[in-house]
Amino acid sequence: MSQDYTKMWEKLGLNLEAHDALLSVLGKAYQDIYLAQKNRPQGMGYFDFVMSEVHGLRIKELLDEQAAGRKIIGAYCVFVPEEIALAAEATLVGLCSGADFAADEVEKLLPRNTCALIKSSFGFKLGKVCPYLECADMIVGENTCDGKKKSYETLNTLVKNLYVMDLPQKKSDEGKALLKSEYYRFKEAVEKLTGAAVTAESLRKSIETVNSKRKAIHRLARLRSASPAPISGLDALLANQVYFYDNPARFTDSVNKICDELEKRVENKVGVFPENTPRILLSGCPMAVPNWKLPWIIETSGAVIVGEESCVGERGTRNLTDDSGTTVDEMMEAIVERYFKVDCAIFTPNPDRLSHIAEMFETYKADGVIHYGLQFCQPYLMEAIPVEKALEAKNIPTLRIDTDYSMEDAGQLKTRVEAFVELLK
Amino acid sequence: MRCAGIDIGSRSIELVVLENGKIVESRQSDSGFDPMKNATALINGAAYDAIMATGYGRHLFEIAFNSPTVTEIKAYAEGARFLFPDVRTVLDIGGQDSKAIALNADGKIKKFEMNDRCAAGTGKFLEIMARSLGYELDDFGPEAMKAEKDILISSMCTVFAESEVTSLVAKGSDRREIALGLHSSVVRRAAGMLKRVSVNAPVIFAGGVAKNPCMCHLLEKALESPIHVPKNPQMVGALGAALLAAR
Ligand code: SF4
Ligand code: SF4
Repeated sequence: MSQDYTKMWEKLGLNLEAHDALLSVLGKAYQDIYLAQKNRPQGMGYFDFVMSEVHGLRIKELLDEQAAGRKIIGAYCVFVPEEIALAAEATLVGLCSGADFAADEVEKLLPRNTCALIKSSFGFKLGKVCPYLECADMIVGENTCDGKKKSYETLNTLVKNLYVMDLPQKKSDEGKALLKSEYYRFKEAVEKLTGAAVTAESLRKSIETVNSKRKAIHRLARLRSASPAPISGLDALLANQVYFYDNPARFTDSVNKICDELEKRVENKVGVFPENTPRILLSGCPMAVPNWKLPWIIETSGAVIVGEESCVGERGTRNLTDDSGTTVDEMMEAIVERYFKVDCAIFTPNPDRLSHIAEMFETYKADGVIHYGLQFCQPYLMEAIPVEKALEAKNIPTLRIDTDYSMEDAGQLKTRVEAFVELLK
Repeated sequence: MRCAGIDIGSRSIELVVLENGKIVESRQSDSGFDPMKNATALINGAAYDAIMATGYGRHLFEIAFNSPTVTEIKAYAEGARFLFPDVRTVLDIGGQDSKAIALNADGKIKKFEMNDRCAAGTGKFLEIMARSLGYELDDFGPEAMKAEKDILISSMCTVFAESEVTSLVAKGSDRREIALGLHSSVVRRAAGMLKRVSVNAPVIFAGGVAKNPCMCHLLEKALESPIHVPKNPQMVGALGAALLAAR
């Protein structure tokens, strides 16, 4: 990090010692997993910088925004509409939960068989190591899976500013009506927080901002259909992860720059791995920073990841928000329409997700699908079985993996992944 | 050309050397505390032009000897296919892991499963149970087969199963019936794994545990299909690696 941020962290109430430990683990992992890769696009330098400043410069920027009167909202799920936050002069950041932390403390509050993601979100709070969480003016939880729903009841005793958004479980008219009323309720809550009203003009602008960010990510995704793949899955995942907390306009520019570079690579048939490297589509639970374990195992086992059917990936970013509305209500309607399409496994039934996996398999010219489920995540682990059956019925080789954040099973996972890659060859 | 395959497992290491499609040498040793040292000793003096490593220690061997590697899954499938050309299903139960592999009619791997992180359902489990019942490992299967009925062992976890066994012994239950119950529980688990990948004849049973006659007998019953055991079932992985080294 370029500057000493100790004072800033201290003011945010972080536990400096634990925070140092976290940063050093993160730095080491980044070194071993990211910087050790070969043939990375030059544009990734931006993301290396972002990662090195993830608790530094970016936090300072957020604090500066706060000083200038903006509010910061932290969210755990892609159902929290960024358009609405931005339109009411708030900045939305994703609260990542990709590493185990303060496990002993967490297990005093949550049952052991809670998914690693939820445990991690508690660990970051209890360990006082997440500056995003600590600087947020509002934290948005959402009623998705039972684990999250119930854990927010406990999280509410740990933070002062939790706002819980209710979400539908069915893609019905009633479900959509619920989403709509919840988005209006959220709009009011944000307006109250910032004191700024959402206007047709501000909403139109925020839709444009978020759509541009999505378009850049779509462009990146399309380039990955080329063979040889011009960018590693790890690097593309990182871009998808940074999507959640970077400044939207700067992020859009940086991704577009990488895409310019990748276009040249594709033209010249330059890739990160040789042309005949087996291509994997990853599907399943979201992978928050710094959860790079499985992609790292896959890409050091002779395969390349060409797409992520995940909330940190295409499930979260596909579909633009229609921008043709002229009134706040019309644009709110368009936002509801857009988010209602997210095919998270908490919906029942959830056939769209299966068709999307099959579609991505075709689009990105994958050779096989690896389904990633976090241990104890009922929605995705349950859905994994019919997904696997349906894919195999289409003769798509599928490997189902249940794991968590620990490295305990890395050896066994490596063997399974390598064997899967061998059968794709 | 002489091609070698080395299978560095968690319990034992096997080496097979092939020349013109014939096994000309096979060796075995314990993995011990320092598998690389033992692997180095095992290959010492063996003559070959190329070697391929498999097993959980394959990447250590790769670093030390700059050798190519292949997973146990592929190695076992390859070895089994050499011995039984029309094999469709392979079960391997080794010292600390087990796997089930389904092959297409043309010999390609279609699907595979491996056991979870622990020793349940592996050779290690049987070894510990034999010991707690006071049997030599080699007698464990034959003795179990003498039982008229089995006692259901409900726990698959090695630690819990061991205490279950201890309390059954204390209650005066028949040792052989307990032994049969323990075998049945490993077979149930293996059969479950096989069914998840789909079972088609012929089924090959490899790995050290395939030497246990009770396991073979119970497995045939559970799958309702004859099973074939290679002469040296624990060498199949090394054999497969040697065959792949030749390509
Ligand atoms: S998987 Fe579901 S609950 Fe999790 S972030 Fe995505 S939409 Fe939200
Ligand atoms: S990974 Fe699964 S269990 Fe965990 S928060 Fe997401 S949906 Fe819930």
